[in-house]
Amino acid sequence: MNSEITGVILTFIITLVIAFPLGKYIAKVFQGERTFTDFLNPVERFIFRICGIDPHKEMNWKQHMAALLSINLVWLIYAFFMLLFQSHLPLNPDGNPDMTPDLAFNTAISFLVNCNLQHYSGESGLTYFSQLFVITFLQFVSAATGVAAVAVLFRAFAEKTTEKLGNFFVFFTKTITRILLPLSIIMAIILVFNGTPASFDGKDSIVTMQGDSVQVSRGPAAGMIAIKHLGTNGGGWFGANSAHPLENPNYLTNMVEIIAQVILPMALIFAFGFFIRRRKLGYVIFGVMTIGMLTFMIPTLISEISGNPVLSHMGLKDITAMEGKEARIGVPASAYWQVMTTIISTGSVNSMHDSSMPLSGAMQMLGMMTNCFYGGKGVGLLNYFIFLIIAVFISGLMVGRTPEFMGRKVEAREMKIAAIIALFHPFLVLVGTALSAYFAAHHPQIAWSVQPSAWLNNPSNHGFSEMLYEYTSSSANNGSGFEGLADNNIFWNISTGIVMILGRFIPIIGPVAIAGILAKKKYIPESAGTLQTDTATFGIMTYAVIMIIAALAFFPALTLGPIAEYFQSF
Amino acid sequence: MKKYIWPSIKLTLFMVLVLAVLYPALIAAVSKAAPGQGKGETVSVNGKVVGYENVGQRFTEDKYFNGRPSAVNYNAAGSGGSNKAASNPDYQKTVQERIDTFLAHNPGVKKEDIPAELVTASGSGLDPDLSPAAALIQVRRIAAVRHLSETKLMTLVSDHTERPLMGIAGPSKVNVLKLNVALDTLK
Repeated sequence: MNSEITGVILTFIITLVIAFPLGKYIAKVFQGERTFTDFLNPVERFIFRICGIDPHKEMNWKQHMAALLSINLVWLIYAFFMLLFQSHLPLNPDGNPDMTPDLAFNTAISFLVNCNLQHYSGESGLTYFSQLFVITFLQFVSAATGVAAVAVLFRAFAEKTTEKLGNFFVFFTKTITRILLPLSIIMAIILVFNGTPASFDGKDSIVTMQGDSVQVSRGPAAGMIAIKHLGTNGGGWFGANSAHPLENPNYLTNMVEIIAQVILPMALIFAFGFFIRRRKLGYVIFGVMTIGMLTFMIPTLISEISGNPVLSHMGLKDITAMEGKEARIGVPASAYWQVMTTIISTGSVNSMHDSSMPLSGAMQMLGMMTNCFYGGKGVGLLNYFIFLIIAVFISGLMVGRTPEFMGRKVEAREMKIAAIIALFHPFLVLVGTALSAYFAAHHPQIAWSVQPSAWLNNPSNHGFSEMLYEYTSSSANNGSGFEGLADNNIFWNISTGIVMILGRFIPIIGPVAIAGILAKKKYIPESAGTLQTDTATFGIMTYAVIMIIAALAFFPALTLGPIAEYFQSF
Repeated sequence: MKKYIWPSIKLTLFMVLVLAVLYPALIAAVSKAAPGQGKGETVSVNGKVVGYENVGQRFTEDKYFNGRPSAVNYNAAGSGGSNKAASNPDYQKTVQERIDTFLAHNPGVKKEDIPAELVTASGSGLDPDLSPAAALIQVRRIAAVRHLSETKLMTLVSDHTERPLMGIAGPSKVNVLKLNVALDTLK
């Protein structure tokens, strides 16, 4: 057990050691300063020329959003039709069928919005062609979309008064060529040398030592698994995601995968500090996020490591909570992953969250309910920015000063946007959960292909948690699940599809709009009366705002789910 | 929005080429140099493939070291866990049955000494490993069935135990398939 705790601590330290210089590098890339990847300049110029993009043409925030939504619309249509007709396309050695329209709708949105909720299993639900041309492709571009959006925030606060906030297509392209693709290549190569498949061969049939005839699913998985983590996407090649021994063959790959999903969200925070030349603000944000991470991490580690009391009632001395966990990974590394994958919107899993202890389940959901501690690719910082604006406003009122952030007055319009965004996430989650709970409780036998009575894999409060988790994960664009839920049917495919798409674009447009509006305002130099936003006091204030908003909005639902389960069964 | 659609389509086509064609092709080419040529590493006995090193298989016979319970019955055409909650009464019944089965097959083992991982299903249903403790507790049964000395089997387990990463990080483990292949060669 001791070596397992050491493993977790070592993992976090390595993450930090990589994220800090990476943040510096990202800031330079977006500032257009010289970096060691400048040999890619001609490649990027070539891309812009053939695509008819003028990289020097700067956009205001509205043009940024128009470009972002346009290209996302193209991807949505492209992905939907590819999935709908996948069996007619090449690279389908296992003969997998087309997706049904509702599943294609759900899956196309899911990967477009960086959520990666999966209502299918990769082994039987997708062809290799779809895995590469839809899934892997969207995992790259959706991550780059998030980074391109946060780059607008960088630009808005780097200069005094400006409408010109860079070019969306430039941010997007450079994120892929300078950050995501090089890192993915390195990581995929590490994976293939540790046993992850990368060839195009289909399922293999073998006879085992005990004479069972079984099949082994394979495929060009390593490249997809690399970007799935680096892009905080999280959708697995195989059904069991990173619990699968080919997707995550050993403890080393487990460390690589969990490090990979955390480095870029962390690096973006440092990059923000470097870019706007207020490193201290970056460090304060990082500090608050780390405290937020520990708020969920410590209870999860304790609840998972202290084991499953049910086993002790049955008379076992070893009560390690191994249900849904893998022997090569162990409990502490699984618990660490559970928290990281939910606070960051990755949603890949190396253990089955449905089988984790009740309080760990509560922490996983809280991670997605706050959705801003480190947070997903780009959007984590955008969500945090919303809470920051609210904290500025409340602190301003408390000390009787005009609320200001970075030399710009925060006024009614920005506050309205911030308040709507902050409440939108609980709204989507709770309305969805209420609707599904209504059908499960009052119309269990309704004449649907899958009746609500067959949805849940566990009874009582845990069954409620399965539904709450599903909508929380959809709205937070996380993509993990309490996978016992029977979710591949029209009700869940359509409802979570709608929640996912709203939960993606509204929380991107809102903060970018605020940043754009603030950037246009007159710059007021700091004076003795300015509220300092890069202090520990203000950091604690932001932390309190996040916790109060998340706790107040979600506490009743959590009480019905994991908290009641905890008190009933243990 | 209209003026962004055309550049978006062109940029999309270019990125599909790079990310869905060139990138996977590059990784597939590199994997040819990796163990298993990127197809998964197999384990063979007398030239015949008996399994994949990283993919667990069903071992239920008393003469073999048994692996962990699996929600997909170790058919790697798919994968997945039970997704059962600890509070679920059906689940508790399943675990109780596993404990009873284990005790019936392993006379002399006290209930309290059964390692939790032998009565709980893995996340993937394809867990290829066991902790050393979960392998060692089966030694007495296998020694009796195969008429081998327990010491010999314990040495076999410890020879096949993989230490934590760099000796400091992660759990120790034993690959069940490789252990059972070696077990068959013991005289």
